[in-house]
Amino acid sequence: MKSDKLKFLVFCLVVLIAPLPLAGGYLTSVLIFVGINGILALGLNLLLGYAGQISLGQAAFFGLGAYGSGVLTTMYAVNPWLAMIIVAICVAIFAFAIGFPVLRLKGHYLAMATLGVGVIANIAFNETIALTGGPSGLSGIPNLSIGGFNFDTDLKNYYLVWSFALVMVLLSLNLVNSRFGRGLRAIHDSEVAARVMGVNARLMKVQVFTLSAFISAIAGSLYCHVMTFISPTTFSFHVSVELLTMIVIGGLGSVYGSILGALLLTMLPEILRTFHDFDIIFYGLLLVSMTIYLPGGLVRGIPALFRRLMPTRGANA
Amino acid sequence: MLNLNGIGKRFGGLTALEGISFNVGKGSITGIIGPNGAGKTTLFNVATGIYPPSEGAVKLEGKDISTLPPEGRARLGLVRTFQNIELFGKMTVLENVMVGLHTQSSSGIFSSAFRMPWQMSEERRIREKAKEWLAFVGIPELEDVEAGTLSFGKGRLLEIARAMALEPKLLLMDEPAAGLNSSETAELADLIKKIRDLGVTVALVEHDMDLVMDICDQLVVLNLGTMLAEGTPREIQDNQAVITAYLGEE
Repeated sequence: MKSDKLKFLVFCLVVLIAPLPLAGGYLTSVLIFVGINGILALGLNLLLGYAGQISLGQAAFFGLGAYGSGVLTTMYAVNPWLAMIIVAICVAIFAFAIGFPVLRLKGHYLAMATLGVGVIANIAFNETIALTGGPSGLSGIPNLSIGGFNFDTDLKNYYLVWSFALVMVLLSLNLVNSRFGRGLRAIHDSEVAARVMGVNARLMKVQVFTLSAFISAIAGSLYCHVMTFISPTTFSFHVSVELLTMIVIGGLGSVYGSILGALLLTMLPEILRTFHDFDIIFYGLLLVSMTIYLPGGLVRGIPALFRRLMPTRGANA
Repeated sequence: MLNLNGIGKRFGGLTALEGISFNVGKGSITGIIGPNGAGKTTLFNVATGIYPPSEGAVKLEGKDISTLPPEGRARLGLVRTFQNIELFGKMTVLENVMVGLHTQSSSGIFSSAFRMPWQMSEERRIREKAKEWLAFVGIPELEDVEAGTLSFGKGRLLEIARAMALEPKLLLMDEPAAGLNSSETAELADLIKKIRDLGVTVALVEHDMDLVMDICDQLVVLNLGTMLAEGTPREIQDNQAVITAYLGEE
């Protein structure tokens, strides 16, 4: 328990000082996206890593959050904070409603159904031109502000996004080590045994699906206010797959793994930019080698690797 | 306690069970025996709600539970263990038992995420309770071990601890002695008697005849999906139809 608190404090500290050496440069803006992707990955990890239910439609909830906030603040002049709350609750209600039929499915069928949700949402963003601006996007979204303080620079937005991310990490850590979290993990390991133990598996799956949609919607709202411009390509199927890759690489069923995966996969394109279109080969190699050599993801793999290397190093010295 | 009335179960054209009716008396240990393919496990699955009966009714303390899902039956005090052990392999031994306390706790998403004081005290309470059940089955030292790494015998004990954590009225055990060596089986017999002495009614499917004859008050014999006989172990041992079913005709 004590080491968990220490770990979280260290994590907070790292987040706090990380942008300082960058002096508000380009990398700061990349780290903002690490934060947003981290929140999204965390939402998916609760669903897939803990409860074992796949979703390839996370981009839909992300997009609904972004467009909901974008439309409410630009066209109806709703206070951005209020809009964020309203939109997140509406997205959660939507997810709860579709969750009951969708989560009756398992495995590939569940993947297909959630994929469908993602594709339909993306078509809606493209076609409802009067609201969303269609393919040319929605612009003029205001920055968030508290009182007179405007989140208008990369550094300010960095701290804004990451305070959300830190709160979500803390709440998720609490959640996975609770009655609810144990129920989810039990469903993952053996659904029939979980039900025999009195766990209402069907309801719990819908609840965690709803929670993950809620979290994704918040990330969407943050994204639209940070960028002040959104277009449908940001919320395509590609994003859903990228999120999946993040949590596989970071570590399925690990809160910190979600953040680590988001960090790596958001930074990687920046590093691989010189390779142009060949970067897809690196993604492929990364995924294949991860699943073969580190199936538990980096958060579990790195300590295990150290344990394996340490004794041999000691023997050589 | 448990009353089965005219249970039938068909899978497509295959009749797995037909006309099964018997009572499991309160406080008793009832054994369900029969040759392979007799329908014992199917009967268990119908009794615990894994699938509904095609015909007939399952009653628990007079209440019809035929269409209730497993989680609903668990809340009424009916719980089971599995022939091939269904543990939550990636969770610790203690956490497995804590899942067994699910019905006796109530914290939801919000109180858990925000660590409300009542959630914290509930968490402490079920942690202590879970430890008591591990001690009850005799594996308190394993609480931090990942359940998937346990030996078959220890896994079975954990499964029993987890089931007992629900404080059930009726415990159904599907071949509890399968895969155990003789000393483990003897310990299991003592444990089952200890469970009965707590006031829990026990029904078990079992192949190990020594165990069945030792601990059961009442036996039900199935053969080819139908009931062949019912009675005390002594009566069953002398029953000509049972002997024929097991050993074949001369």
